[in-house]
Amino acid sequence: MVLIADLAVQGTEMLLVLCLAPLLTGFVRKVKAHLLRRRGPSLIQPYRDLLRLLRKEVVLADNASWLFCAIPYLIFAATWVAASLVPTFATGLLFSWSADLIAITALLGSARFFLALAGLDAGTSFGGIGASREMMVATLAEPAMLMIVFTLALLAGSTQLSNLAGFMLSPQIGLRVSLGLALVALLMVALAENGRIPIDNPATHLELTMVHEAMVLEYSGRHLALIELAASLKLLLTLSLIVCVFIPWGLSPAGSGVAERFIGIAVYLLKLVLGGFLLALFETSIAKMRVFRVPQFLGAALMLGLLGTLLLFVSRSL
Amino acid sequence: MAVFAELSRQGKQMAAHRPCPRILVEEEAWRAAAAVLAEGKLTLLGLWGDGQAVHMALLEDGPDEDPGKFSSTRCETLVLTLACPLGSFPSVGAVHAPAIRLERAIRDLFALIPRGLPDERPWLDHGRWRLEHPLSSTPGERLKPAPVAYPFLPAEGEGLHQIPVGPVHAGIIEPGHFRFNASGETVVRLEERLGYTHKGIESLMAGASLETAACLAGRVSGDSTVAYSLAFAQAVEAALDLSVPPRAVYLRALMAELERLANHLGDIGAICNDAAFAMMLAQCGVLRERVLRAAHEVFGHRLMMDRILPGGVTVDLTPAGATRIRELLASIRAVFPALADLYDKTASLQDRTSGTGIVAPALACRFGAGGYIGRASGRSFDTRRHLAYPPYDTLAFEVPTFFEGDVNARIWVRIREAEQSLSLIEQSLDNLPRDNLARDDRLQVSVTDIGETREGLALVEGFRGDILVSVRIDAGGRIERCHLRDPSWFQWPLLEVAIEGNIVADFPLCNKSFNCSYSGPDM
Repeated sequence: MVLIADLAVQGTEMLLVLCLAPLLTGFVRKVKAHLLRRRGPSLIQPYRDLLRLLRKEVVLADNASWLFCAIPYLIFAATWVAASLVPTFATGLLFSWSADLIAITALLGSARFFLALAGLDAGTSFGGIGASREMMVATLAEPAMLMIVFTLALLAGSTQLSNLAGFMLSPQIGLRVSLGLALVALLMVALAENGRIPIDNPATHLELTMVHEAMVLEYSGRHLALIELAASLKLLLTLSLIVCVFIPWGLSPAGSGVAERFIGIAVYLLKLVLGGFLLALFETSIAKMRVFRVPQFLGAALMLGLLGTLLLFVSRSL
Repeated sequence: MAVFAELSRQGKQMAAHRPCPRILVEEEAWRAAAAVLAEGKLTLLGLWGDGQAVHMALLEDGPDEDPGKFSSTRCETLVLTLACPLGSFPSVGAVHAPAIRLERAIRDLFALIPRGLPDERPWLDHGRWRLEHPLSSTPGERLKPAPVAYPFLPAEGEGLHQIPVGPVHAGIIEPGHFRFNASGETVVRLEERLGYTHKGIESLMAGASLETAACLAGRVSGDSTVAYSLAFAQAVEAALDLSVPPRAVYLRALMAELERLANHLGDIGAICNDAAFAMMLAQCGVLRERVLRAAHEVFGHRLMMDRILPGGVTVDLTPAGATRIRELLASIRAVFPALADLYDKTASLQDRTSGTGIVAPALACRFGAGGYIGRASGRSFDTRRHLAYPPYDTLAFEVPTFFEGDVNARIWVRIREAEQSLSLIEQSLDNLPRDNLARDDRLQVSVTDIGETREGLALVEGFRGDILVSVRIDAGGRIERCHLRDPSWFQWPLLEVAIEGNIVADFPLCNKSFNCSYSGPDM
C-alpha cells in the first residue's frame, strides 16, 4: 500500500514536471514580452507548438544517419529522468535514493553530448559551429557544476537532493560564505546550461550567433518537438534544482498526507513563478555577451565553485 | 578645383548636362582620372554604362583639405564620358578598388569590357536571365537560363573552414549570399555575393514617361523611396531647368527627414536586438511606428511612396497635418533621450558594440562611403551640406561625425542624426511658405515638348548616404537613359573589411550596423 502511494506520488511528480515544463517556457516568454511592452503569445502557446510539431512530417537531411533520428528520444528520455529526480514539491520520493546531484549532472551531460553529435551528424556548417560552441560551454560548465556539487556535498555530507534539502532546512546550516559562492556559481551555470541570455539567445533567428538553436536547425516534426520539450524540461529542472537546494521551504516530506502534498505543489508553483519572473527580468536587462567572453563568465563560475569547496576545507563553518 | 580644371582641359565639354559639366574625354584622360582617384585626390561617385560609352562621376573637395574633413560649399562634381566604340575601356577598378563591382556590373549589363579589371567574374548576372547583356545595343538571348558556378576567392591555411550563409536568411530580410572563411570563430575572409534582387529597373526606365520613371525610381529601394524619388526629381529638374515651388521644396525636406528619422530609429533598435537586447528594439520600434503612422495620416502613405514627382510634390500639408507632425516630434523628444541614455549606460551592450567591426577612416574616404558608415569613420561628407540643395542651404543642422569607425560609432551617428532630423522637421514646418498657389502649379510641370535632348545629375542624401541619379531625357520628354546609384555600392565592400579579424558571431551586429541595401545596388 505504501509502495502504491509512493509510486503515485512519484508518478505525479514525473507527470507534473512534464506538463509544467512548456508552461514555464511560455510564462518566461510572456513576462519578457510584457517587459518589452508587447502582449506576447499566449501562455499555452508552447503546448500548441509542440502539438503542431508532433503532427508535422519529419524532414531528414540526405546524409543523416540513424543516430540523428535516435538522438531526440535519447535526449528527451535523459532530460525527463533527470527532471523527475529533482524533488520538486516533495522529498523522500520512491526514486529519491537515486536523486543524486552527480547522476543528474551526468544525465544532462549525456544529453548534451548526443545533441552535439546530432549537430555534427548532418554535416552542415551551422550544426558544426553550434556543436563546437556547445562543447566550449560544456567544458567549463560541467566542472563548475561539479564544484558546486562538491561544495554542497561537503556541507551536507551527501549528494542526494532529498538529504541536501533536509540539511538546508535544519538549524545547523547557518549563514555560510561557501553556500553564497555556490549559489552564484549555480545561477551562472544554469544560464549557460539552458542557453539563456547572456550566453545564448533562445529567441534568435541569426544563424551565426546561435549555440543551441544551431545544433537543432536540421530537426523538424516530432524530433524537433521532443528536443523543444527536452529544452523546456531542462529549464524547469534547473529552476527546480535551485529552489530545492536554496529555498527548500514548503517541500512536503516523505509520508505526508494528500493535503500536505497539495500545499507542496502550490508552494512549488509559487517558486517557479518567482524564478521565471526573475529570469525574464534578468534576460531583458542584459545583452548577449561575445562568444569569447563565455569562457571568462563560466571560468568565474568554476572559480566560485572551487573557492566554495576550498573554504570548506579551511573551515567547516565558512 | 585644380584637378577638375586639369581634367576639363583634356576633353570637350558637352552642352546639355546640368548642373555640373560633363566632359567627353579620350582614353588617356580617363586613365589620368583613374590615377588621380587612386591617389585619393578625388572620390568616385559613380561609374555606369550608356550604350557604347561609360560615364564616371567624380567629387572633388577643396584644396589642401584633410580628405576626411569636407569643407563646406567647396565640393564640386564632374562627369567624365568615354566613348568605347570597340566595346572596351581602360578599367578604373584596376587601380581604384571601389570601381571593381561597378565595372563588373557594366560588363554584365552592357557587354563593355573593362580592360585590366582584375576580377573576371560576373556580378549582377547569375546566369538566370533570359538575356545576355540586357542593356547593350544587341542583347543576346540565353537559351537555357541556369545558375552558373561562382568561384569564391580562396583563403588558404590549416584549419580554415567555409560557412555559406544565404541567400535566403532566417529573418525577414533581403537575399544576399555571404561566404565566410573562418579559422575557428575568427573570420579570415568574408565575401559577399549580391545581385539576387536585380529587377532591371534601368531597362524599364529606358523609354518610359517621366511619371512612370518617377514611379520606378521610388521602388529601387523601398526604405529610401523618398530619397530616390527626390533624387530622380532633382535630376529631371536639373535637366529641364525647372524650378520647384518653395512650398514643395520644404515639403520634400519634411518627407525626406521623416524617412531618415523612421529608418534611423528602426536601425538603432535592430542593431541592439542583434546583441539580444530586445528592449531597444521594442522601444525604438514603437517610435518608428509612430513616425510611419503619422506619415500615413499626413501624406497618405506610410513610406511616402510616390509623393515626390519631378516639378513638385503630389500632396499638400494641411494645417491639421502640421499639428499632427508637431505632436509626433513632441512624443519622440519625450522618449528618445532616455533611450539613447539606456543604450549608453547598458554595459553589456556597449561591450558588444565598442571596438566591433572597425572601418578605418582611410578606407571610408577611399571608398567614398556615405551616410552613417562614412561619418562614423571620420568622413564628414553630407550631400545636404557639401553639395547643398534647397531647402538645406537655409536650414540649420549639424553633420555628426565620429572617428572610431566601430558599431558603437555607427549607432551614435544615427542617434545624433535622428536628433538633427527632429530639428530639421521642425524647421521645415516653421519655414513652410504659406503660398496660395493653385494645387496644379505646385506639382505639375509641362514636359511634353522639350525640343532637344537634356541631361541632368542629382545627388541626394538618403538615410544610407548619397544617392546619385543621372538622367537623359529625349526631345519627346521620355527617359532615354537613367542611372540610379545606391550608396551601398561603396559600403558593401567595407563590410568585408570591417568583419575581418572579428568573430563569426559578431557578423549580424556588424551587418546590421551597416544595414546596406540589397535592392538598391542590385538595381
